[in-house]
Amino acid sequence: MFAFIIRRILQAVVVMLVISLVVFAIQKEFGDPVRDLVGERVTPEERQQIADKMGLNDPFFFQYARFVKNAVTKGDLGRSFLYNKPNLEVIINHAPATIELVLGTALIIMVLSLPLGVYCALKPRSWLSRFTMSFSTLGVSMPVFLTAILLIYLFAVHWRILPSYGRGETVDLFGNGIWMTGLLTIDGLKHLILPCISLSTLMLPLFIRLIRSEMMEVLETEYIKYAWAKGLSPRRVWLVHAFKNTLLPVITVFGVQIGIMFAFTLLTELVFQWPGMGFMFLEAVNRADLSLLIAYLVVVAALFVVVNTVVDILYGFINPTVRIAGTK
Amino acid sequence: MSHLLEVRDLEVKFALRSGDITAIDGASFTLDPGERMGLVGESGAGKSVTGFAIINLISKPGFISRGSIHFEGNEISAYSPARMRRIRGNRISMIFQDPMMTLNPVYTIGFQMIETLQAHRNISKAQARAIALDKLQKVYIPSPEKRLSQYPHELSGGMRQRIIIAISLLADPAIIIADEPTTALDVTIQAEIMDLLQELCENEKMGLILITHDLGVVSQVTEKIAVMYAGKIIEYGPTETVVHHPVHPYTIGLIGSIPGTIEPGKDLKQIPGMMPTLTNIPPGCAFNPRCELAAEICTQKTPVLEEKQNGIMAACHMK
Repeated sequence: MFAFIIRRILQAVVVMLVISLVVFAIQKEFGDPVRDLVGERVTPEERQQIADKMGLNDPFFFQYARFVKNAVTKGDLGRSFLYNKPNLEVIINHAPATIELVLGTALIIMVLSLPLGVYCALKPRSWLSRFTMSFSTLGVSMPVFLTAILLIYLFAVHWRILPSYGRGETVDLFGNGIWMTGLLTIDGLKHLILPCISLSTLMLPLFIRLIRSEMMEVLETEYIKYAWAKGLSPRRVWLVHAFKNTLLPVITVFGVQIGIMFAFTLLTELVFQWPGMGFMFLEAVNRADLSLLIAYLVVVAALFVVVNTVVDILYGFINPTVRIAGTK
Repeated sequence: MSHLLEVRDLEVKFALRSGDITAIDGASFTLDPGERMGLVGESGAGKSVTGFAIINLISKPGFISRGSIHFEGNEISAYSPARMRRIRGNRISMIFQDPMMTLNPVYTIGFQMIETLQAHRNISKAQARAIALDKLQKVYIPSPEKRLSQYPHELSGGMRQRIIIAISLLADPAIIIADEPTTALDVTIQAEIMDLLQELCENEKMGLILITHDLGVVSQVTEKIAVMYAGKIIEYGPTETVVHHPVHPYTIGLIGSIPGTIEPGKDLKQIPGMMPTLTNIPPGCAFNPRCELAAEICTQKTPVLEEKQNGIMAACHMK
């Protein structure tokens, strides 16, 4: 198991290196740090001098190595001229809002999709299953911004029971000003509800359908028939024997989807004026803050890789065949 | 009338959109304690369905539409699911065809053995574990202690089938139904598994219903045979007699097609044609289109299973 974890982490490092290389190449191609720094009114000779001083004329891989070294040792991902702060600091300030949004959404998806998916697989002809399946088609086909606006109209404007935008009241989680959380105040939680629901409408139907079809497939297998032949109770056959095998593929997809969700918060954050990374990204695009965009890409990629690595390791704990392959 | 198991006039149908089709048409047989019976026939003859029908575990949309299954003095075909569960894996165990697919890949052998015992008996994990170890030794598994913590994929096919046999022994059942237990295994392993099954049934006085298409295996292991064709039992009698003096033309053809029953150098016999599909069974005797002896009556009247000679029952107009 230990060897498997080490291997998986090494893979993650390689993936991060490749991503950073691509991102760095984009920056080299489209950005001009000298212009960002001094503007248009400087002679070409002076530009050349500054570029030399900044190491911009060094060989490509030399510069790349420096970029990686700075990023790893000092956490230096460049500086945002929009906020006039280091990029990493800007992103870290915006990250908690997005992370809490994604966590809340993931929670909603898990709590609803598991029981609903399993139920739809066990009782495909029941009234609730049919309703869930047709409703989930609707959920998949509705764009997020439409769902979000509909939710705001109903809950914030019409019934006036939930707030329509912002994070509401936040408190400092660690007392050092980095993580402002909305999870610990009633007001913060209230503000979280609508954005989480609207973000979850995108993936919830997918997961209900995935769990349902996986479970139905597992129920047809020989080992489930054998479990019946051993005289086990339906509860045990379904929830112990079938459920764990259903979870295997679902966990992998869940990991990827959580990663993707960090990117999908864009629209939701825009509609709900949610001060997260997606909102920040849109601002950076509007103001052409290339340096910040690049840093954002690196951080989102890192989040994606970390989530997937954790999920894969978790998967190894559940699926014994993976573990064997890892130790050999 | 004190048989351990008495199946009488069993009919199983599958409810399809186009209407019900009959998979088993009036099968009757008995099994006494410690008796070993072979259920023989081609694929699709209804052997497996008969086996599953006994423990009421026919895959949907199949259902028992008629007949009685009497076991240990009770009519079990009408048992509620909860009462039926107390028989499955407890009084009647099943062994499946493919050991690679039968065990749940994500749980250890020990887990899958202990849960079976705990489903039927009110015992602790440690007690169940001790019984599991004992049964693993009975099926000659090397280092049984270690196997309990292993996963199915860590074991070979033959080893897995031994473990499945051990699982089927756990609750000391009265009957084991083995559905083609060696079809998915190597020939050398096949013989070992068959010997093991026979030995266990003799030692533990267990009844065995061996479902197979391999007449050779049946003649070595069992005491009586029921031959199935297109959902019906067409010949039923002591193994010795059926193998050496078969009555029904189909059984004669089957036995003639086994290598080794014929003089070396001669061609093996073949039964011309194919078994009809269940939706397309010819009127009269289902075997008549392939039968050398077929006469007019064979296409008009369905023969019934009746006593013919040497204690053999057969369903044929011409004998």
